[in-house]
Amino acid sequence: MSHPIQIILTRQLAGYLSVPLFLVNPKGDLLFYNEPAEILLGRRFDETGAMPAEEWSSAFTPLDDTGEPLPPEKLPLMITLTTHRPAYRKFVICGLDGVLRPIEVASIPITGLQDEFLGAAALFWELSQ
Amino acid sequence: MMRLTLFGTRGSLAAPGAETTRYGGNTSSVEVRESDGTVLVLDAGTGIRRLGTQIPPSTARVDILLTHLHMDHIQGLGFFGPLYDPRVDVHIWGPASSTLSLEARLSRYLSPPLFPVHLRDLPRVTCHHVPRLPFDIGPFHVQTSLVCHPGPTVGYRIQSEGGAAAYLPDHEPILALRNGQWREPEWISGYDLAAGADLLIHDAQYTDEEYKQRVGWGHSSYSQTFKFAGYVGAKELVPFHHDPSHDDETLDHLLENTRLQFQPRFGVSAGEEGAVFELTSK
Repeated sequence: MSHPIQIILTRQLAGYLSVPLFLVNPKGDLLFYNEPAEILLGRRFDETGAMPAEEWSSAFTPLDDTGEPLPPEKLPLMITLTTHRPAYRKFVICGLDGVLRPIEVASIPITGLQDEFLGAAALFWELSQ
Repeated sequence: MMRLTLFGTRGSLAAPGAETTRYGGNTSSVEVRESDGTVLVLDAGTGIRRLGTQIPPSTARVDILLTHLHMDHIQGLGFFGPLYDPRVDVHIWGPASSTLSLEARLSRYLSPPLFPVHLRDLPRVTCHHVPRLPFDIGPFHVQTSLVCHPGPTVGYRIQSEGGAAAYLPDHEPILALRNGQWREPEWISGYDLAAGADLLIHDAQYTDEEYKQRVGWGHSSYSQTFKFAGYVGAKELVPFHHDPSHDDETLDHLLENTRLQFQPRFGVSAGEEGAVFELTSK
């Protein structure tokens, strides 16, 4: 079954951005991340492909300021998936390449014309940049 | 049996004249009729005026399915005779916007100073937002989906016992392809609507050269449309929504050259005004 056009076009937009973008469906399953996000996450999307929420939320290990693992429910994207509202947080991510990177993340809901919740997108920024 | 008749095939602007007599000058409007007399009208471009004159007087209900509210798809609405007939229920279906109802958006055109009659003054008109889930109108099973075109725009898949017809008159699926590749059907705009359709009526407004200057305007070139039809497995393609600058001779050449280039496995029929297509279950 085809994705909603809003999701299709978000992926298309992501392909033209230098800002890392991570796109999930309403269940939180990873649909796509763009090339700039590949650098932060440490692996090309073509290698990981789409992933269930439980898989990606543990694969890209998020850590708090003290180095303790952040539970999934504290991640902006998960907050957006639960509340359907934007969310923001700074944290450290350990990508699939094993490198620690401090990042800030803003996530936004993707809501259709009739207020249907279609998914969410997270925009990343590496703080060391 | 599902019978589709093209009453308007032109895109963007009506283009009447001696040089467009075969493909026609009227903007988008297609009649879909089932054996029991149920009538759907796809879009209300200028072709809908003549379409309205062909509807039998005994018809009690007509459903107009609008893909979107660009002018070439609604300009004929006020000239659709059944709108003024108190014996006919007219149901108008179209995509919602995030702030205004379909009725409010249509009223921007069907009201002074652009039109002398208010939509609200018409006797038996009901407006509906197209639902996200499939719905039935008489013997027709109607599936809709928002598609790649500027502003809220839907495509339709109409299914009956006769077969399935897909109507995507304004559609630029190539815009959403990853690396320009036709793959991963779930990422192809309009795929679900057109997959395996017995008849695909699809946007083919431009030549490839014209498309390069009009990327993002929401339309496809002939060759893109052939690729889309092949990818979705359509059985017959009708290129549609002809650019107003394309005369009959140009459209003949475009169709023939594209057919020769792709040698498609599916059938291709010219999108000429007055063309009739009959879908019958085999």
